This record gives sequence, structure tokens and C-alpha cells, in this order.
Amino acid sequence: MKTSFTVNGQAASLDLDPRTTLLDALRERLDLKGSKKGCDHGQCGACTVLVNGQRINSCLSLAVTHEGDAITTIEGLAQDETLHPVQQAFLAHDAFQCGYCTPGQICSTIGMLKEAADGWASLVTEDLTADVVLTDEEIRERMSGNLCRCSAYPQILAAIRTAGGLA
Amino acid sequence: MSSVKDWAAPTPISENRSGLIGKGVDRYEGRLKVTGTAPFAYEVEAPSPPAYGVLIASPIAKGRVTLADISEARVAPGVRLVWTPHNVPAQGERGAKINPRSQRGSNPALAERVEHFGQHVGFVVADTLENAKAAATLVRFEYAAEPADLIFEDRFGAAEQPEGEEDVRIGDFEGAFAGSPVRLDETYVSPLQNHAQMEPCATTAWWEGDHVTVHTSIQMVKGGQHTLAETLMIPSTQVRLVTRYIGGGFGGKGQAYDDLTLAALAARELGQPVKVAYTRQQMFQATIHRPAVHMRVRLGAQPDGRLDAFALEVVTHCRREAPFTEHAANFARSLYAAPNRLTGHRLVKLDIPAAGPMRAPGEASGMLSLECAMDELAEQLGLDPIELRLRNEPETDPETGKPFSTRQLVRCMTEGAQRFGWDRRNPTPGQVRDGRWLVGLGMAAAIRGNFLLPAKAGVRIDADGTITLRQGMTDIGTGTYTILAQITAETLGVPLAQVKVELGDSDFPPAPGSGGQFGAATAGSAAFAAGMNLRKALAELATGDPNSPLYGDDPELVTFGGGNIAVDNRAEPLDRLVARAAPDGVYVEGSITPAADARDYSQHTYGAHFAEVGVDPDTGEVRLRRMFGVFAAGRILNAKTAMSQITGGMIWGVGTALHEYNEVDPRYGSFIAQDLAGYHVPAHADIADLSAMFLDEVDDKANPMGIKGVGELGIAGAGAAIANAVYNACGARIREYPLKPEKVLAALP
Repeated sequence: MKTSFTVNGQAASLDLDPRTTLLDALRERLDLKGSKKGCDHGQCGACTVLVNGQRINSCLSLAVTHEGDAITTIEGLAQDETLHPVQQAFLAHDAFQCGYCTPGQICSTIGMLKEAADGWASLVTEDLTADVVLTDEEIRERMSGNLCRCSAYPQILAAIRTAGGLA
Repeated sequence: MSSVKDWAAPTPISENRSGLIGKGVDRYEGRLKVTGTAPFAYEVEAPSPPAYGVLIASPIAKGRVTLADISEARVAPGVRLVWTPHNVPAQGERGAKINPRSQRGSNPALAERVEHFGQHVGFVVADTLENAKAAATLVRFEYAAEPADLIFEDRFGAAEQPEGEEDVRIGDFEGAFAGSPVRLDETYVSPLQNHAQMEPCATTAWWEGDHVTVHTSIQMVKGGQHTLAETLMIPSTQVRLVTRYIGGGFGGKGQAYDDLTLAALAARELGQPVKVAYTRQQMFQATIHRPAVHMRVRLGAQPDGRLDAFALEVVTHCRREAPFTEHAANFARSLYAAPNRLTGHRLVKLDIPAAGPMRAPGEASGMLSLECAMDELAEQLGLDPIELRLRNEPETDPETGKPFSTRQLVRCMTEGAQRFGWDRRNPTPGQVRDGRWLVGLGMAAAIRGNFLLPAKAGVRIDADGTITLRQGMTDIGTGTYTILAQITAETLGVPLAQVKVELGDSDFPPAPGSGGQFGAATAGSAAFAAGMNLRKALAELATGDPNSPLYGDDPELVTFGGGNIAVDNRAEPLDRLVARAAPDGVYVEGSITPAADARDYSQHTYGAHFAEVGVDPDTGEVRLRRMFGVFAAGRILNAKTAMSQITGGMIWGVGTALHEYNEVDPRYGSFIAQDLAGYHVPAHADIADLSAMFLDEVDDKANPMGIKGVGELGIAGAGAAIANAVYNACGARIREYPLKPEKVLAALP
């Protein structure tokens, strides 16, 4: 099936097998291998990308459903040699070890910060009428869809605080 | 052979003139990882577009494949080949070696004989992943199933002493235990656990003539290269194995699996690159796991807490055809003083997937027993748990009598107690409330052995001054690239940016790989030796070159620093020297072997964990509130990556205490949990304030740099601190891990 979307600002037009997930389309068709396959079941978050600014598990989404969407992957975050602030914070705080979940963690962080800025509540939000305050507990809850088996969680938290101006 | 005495002399590492040793510099490959451009094995660019391989698993635990019908799959869209036990190409017999120096034997795939649920019995290659997956569902198998031994507890009666092992007995345990005025006799159970690395096993393979190149996710470069050569029945010189980045190992990728074998075989058959990855489910069912362990602890003490008698007896399991013992008692042989001692292991053989090493094999589950038993004994005696440990602190190794190379366990405990606020612990359980939560504190000691293995490294300097370290070593997220760059830069007195590190290639000088927390000491010591050899070569080059300001100087007096080579105030930049006197560059190798007398010392890393938990008395839910650890592990090479290793290990300990377990389905021999929803590894919300610190230490008996491993120490004992905190919070003593809510509720007093 012919499908067109933009990835990292560039138009992509693909003839896709309808069974192809967005993750496999990115990795195997568009050579964007930064998004990782950890479980292929939406359980680990390593495949997280931004679609129209929102974070999704790209392994759970068929590529042909993304006609006209604007997709951002880990490869689209740095401006030439300048890292995105979230990437820079992950590097500075050693918020990863093996690095396999890292692209997903970083994309998820960017999506999460926007959700909070837009006032989206989480399970641990006490007051649903007030502005969201990104406490450590809020960050941990909102980032729990991204597993890190190396268990860099304290460092990820520190990186998100820095990147989100919450330090 | 060298002696540990040779290691006490000052070195560029101990002098640390540019301050790179210990500095928390960013990860060498960090920029690649945060930009998603570090290619993992499945992502490596092959010389031409690859075909996609998919594995098919057995639904029976034991028996034989009697029929494999590939007729439908063979003609499905895009299919290139379909293999089953009946048509897979010839492979070396399991364990066979044709190369005399192979470290490992053949590992053939797709056997007709089924030895566990999830064993691969079929393999499909197609032009796309989607076509391969679809065709894999079309292969029809029939089996002759046989009765299988699946359940550990059902087979206790068949437990045997592991081959070649004996119990260790010191003094008269039984007599002393019987006569002890205070006694504890309890059994603790740690369940079967899975590695759950984020990156599934994967291989991309291609051939050029009779040489194969494989990019695969494996912790041991030489082991993988040799396994594949034996499986393909070719000389290992025809196999190049590359593993630049590994998405988590934890021991589970210490060996080669079927992705490696079948990608290589299929690429040869098709004359095209082939890539194969395990699914998440296959990671559970067809790799290795940490086996369950039953641990009986007996402690006999005097009223003042001094131990008369100590025993830790372990029963564990392995796959029938793959002997492996989880040595959950070994750590205890060096931990506490007691004149009468008994430790040993028994093994049950089952028809389930193979048991194998997982982060801190032995300690990770073993310390969950003794470190809780000490907490229980302390309560019986009316002693603080730290005081009980202080009263049993040995002067020398309690089993062998050997001196400790270093041992700062006491300081880890006392420093940790003070920083954590241990004095606020109420020794009576169930007394502290915070809203609905019952709050408790717990602690545990940590010990993990330290090792050094033989290794080599190569280092070259080019005419532009770039120094490149090459080693057949791996970085599984441990920070190996980074510390090798720091060691090399400090040894040669150059800025870090001048050093390149290339790892994970069987063409490079060999190192044993990542495992057993021996990686930094082993690979690092070889890199240091190579750096020292390069210093010597450059000193001779400069002092023998009439155009050098160092011409005629004694090479022994040459110093390195700031990118220069110098004697007194005469100096020149290294790049100028090399460009002029050795324009093709200078390459040397270095090696490390364990000192002849290294084992004259009892050599370990130590630590102490402190945890605060909340227990909900209505639901039994346990939440970690705070955790802190103090560790002593030799000289620390990189404050940042070492800390990440340690806190990561502590979080694994949280998982062992509260979350992680798997069980075997008695009907099929499969694991009940086979994905990351069913098998819960600690998630971000499970981890509260968690931090650690290192004590200053240099262990000059360990290796020439005085460093030790940190990769596994953090998990050792961590879960016991949490279990002890749960008891302190609510009075529920649970000896069967993990501490799930229903167990907590049932155990509440």
C-alpha cells in the first residue's frame, strides 16, 4: 500500500506491506535504526517515537495508518552537531548504559514533558484542576512505560530534571 | 610469571598526573547512543541487502521431531529457504572441536531431539521480515513426546552433588551447632529469574569466499568465534566475529545461540547476507536463566553473638544436558568468622531451558539467604544487625586463613549507617507509621569476588598523534570503551580526545570479554600494559633519533605528559616525533596474566546496603522509599560509569526482592512469563531515592592498577536489605522471594 508521511521533516513515500509496523518501516525500509525493537509488543518502550508530537510505541502501530503524519525519531532531534537538550542531559548524567532503550527514553521524555506542559494528568497527580508540577514521583510514573534493564533510572530522572528545567 | 609485589610500584595510573583516572568523564560512545547511531548487531550495514531469518520453537519439552512438512512454507511469498531437523545443513556435533585451540565446542541448531520447550526446530528465511514470519506459521511439525522432569521441587529427591565438587567442611559443624546456645535453622528460596536484556539476541552474517563475517550480540568475542567455527566445521581463522555494541548482557549473552549459527549457515546457502533476531518470547524460552535455589542456613551462636557454627546448603537445578551450578554458597566462605563451617551445593537435572550465569551468579541469590538469617539471628540475640556482623568480622579469610588483600566491610557498614540514619531504626517491627504505610529500615552486607584473567591489547600511535587502542573486548553497557580510553590517555600523557578505542572484533588482540565483574581489571590491565610498552617504544625512538631533542638521553628517564615526550626541560610533541621518526606509526601489544601469588590473598569487593520501605498493611504492597549503599572496590576508574554500574546493580537487587520470578508450566515445560508484561523487571516508578558512594581504596594485590570490578557487587545483598526492611516495617518475615503482596499479607503478624 502506498503511504506517505514525513520523518524528521523529510517526506517519505513507501509502498508498504500492510503487516509492516511503523517500527519496522523505520528500521528496515528507511534505514532509521535508532528506534529499537525490544519486545515488539508495546511492553518495553524502546521503540518510542513522536507522531505529530505525541509519543507512541511504534511497534504497536501499523505503518500504513500513518498517512500524512509527521514522525520524529531519535535521528531527528539533534541539529547538526548540537544535541537536543534531552540528549545532552542524558549524556551528561550517564542516563544509560548499554544504550538500547535510550532512543526510546529520550523520545518518551520529550513527549512526556509536552504532555505535562499541556496539563495532562497521570496516575499520581493529586489535583486534577491545577497545573501539573513535575515532581520526581510524577516523572517516575510518567516514564514507567520505558524499561531500562541496566536500571539507569536515578540517572534518567536526573537528566529529565535538567532537561525539563526542574533541577 | 609476575608477583603481586611487582604491582605496588608507582605507575602513571597511580600518579594520575592529568587526573583522568577516577574522573567521571562522559561515556566514550555516549554521543552515538543518545543519537541512535550506535549500530547494534541487527542494524549493521551488510555489503548487500540482507534476507530475514525467523526461528520456530518446539511446543514440547522432551521427545523427537517425527515429521516436518515444509511444502506450504517453501512456496509462500518471498521465501528463500526453510530448514528443519531433516534438511538443515551438516553442523559439528554438539561440543565437538576440530580446531585444537578452540575455547568452545560446536553448538548445532535445529536438532531432531527436543530437550526443552522452546528449542528451535525450524528456520525460515524470506525477503522481508513479514514474509518470513508468515511462512514460519506454515511449517507443520509432528512430535513424539516423552515424559519430562519439569518441576524443581518435585525432583528434590534426585538432587546430586555437582560433578567434581565436594562440600567444604571446616571443624565440626554438626557438633558445634548442636551445642550452640542460640540457634537458627531456616530455608530461603530464590526463584528462577530471567536476564531480560533490552536487546534480543541478533546476528547479521555474510560470506566472502570461504570467510564469514558475523556481527552478533555476544559478551565473549573469542568464545563466539570459536563456537561458530566448530559449528560450521571450519578453521576459526575463517570466522570474523564483531560485536561493537551490546544491548545488555548480564551473563545471558556469554554464549552463542541459534541466531549466530543459522544466520551464518543461511548466508552461505543463499550467497546473500542474512540477519536473524530472537523474539522477546524466544529470549525467555531459548536462552539461559538464573535457576531457582533453595538455601538452608544454620547458625549457632554464643549469647554475645559470636558464631560457633555456620552452614549454608544449596539445592538448585540445571538442564539435563547442560550442567551448571548456581554456586549460591560460595560467597559465604569468606564473609563471617565461625570456627565450624559447612557449605555445599546439590543439583537437580530438569528438562527445561538451560540454567546459566546471570549478573553476580551465586551472590545475587545466595546473599538473599544469609543476610536475612543474620537479621533474624540479631533479633533473637537482641543485637543490632550491624553489631552482630561486627562481632563476626574475621581477621583473615575464615575458610582459608589467607590474608585479605583489602577488606573495608566494617567501614562500609559504619559509614553507611551514619549517612543513612540507621540510628533512627526502631528494632521492634511494626512501630513506625507514615499515613497508611508501615515504614521500616533494613540493611545487608555485600561481598563479591574479584578476578583477573589473561588478556592482550594492542595500541598504535599514528603520525597525527592519534592513539588507537584495539582489543577483542566487549562493552555491554559497563563503560569499557570509556575506561580504556582513560587508562590509555593517562598512561601516555595525552588528552582524552587524542585516544580512540576499538573493541569487539575477533581480529583484535584477545580479551576474555565481559562477565564475572572481571572485565575492567582484565581488559584494563592489558591496555595499561600495552600503553607502557608504547611508552618504552617511543622513548627508544626519541632517544635514538638524532633529530629529536631527546637524542642520546637515557630512555629510562623519559617522561610523558601534555601530549609531549620529555627529559628534563627538553621535550617534543608525540605527533612530531612519530611523523618524523616513524611516519607509518608505531604499534605494540601488551598483555596481562594473573600474578603467581595473587591467590595467596582472599580478594573481594565489599559493600553495605541500607533500605527504607513502606508496607501497606491492607494490600501487602511493598514500596521502596529510600536506598543507599557504600562500596569498596579498589581504585575507581570513572566516578560516573562506576556509579551507574553500582546503582544499576542495586536496582537489580530491588527486583530480586520485590518483583522478579518465573515459573515452569507443569503441562508444557514452558515459562509462565515469557514477555516483559508477564516478567516484571523494575520500572522507573518502582525506584525511589537510590544512591551510593565508594570508599577510597587501592588494591595493590589485584592487578597493576589496583582496581577491581563493580559490575556485580551492587546486586549482592541488595534484596536482603529490602526483605529485612519489610520485616522491620511490619513484622512479616518472608523467606520465599519475591515479596509479593499476597505473601506479605499472609505473613503479617
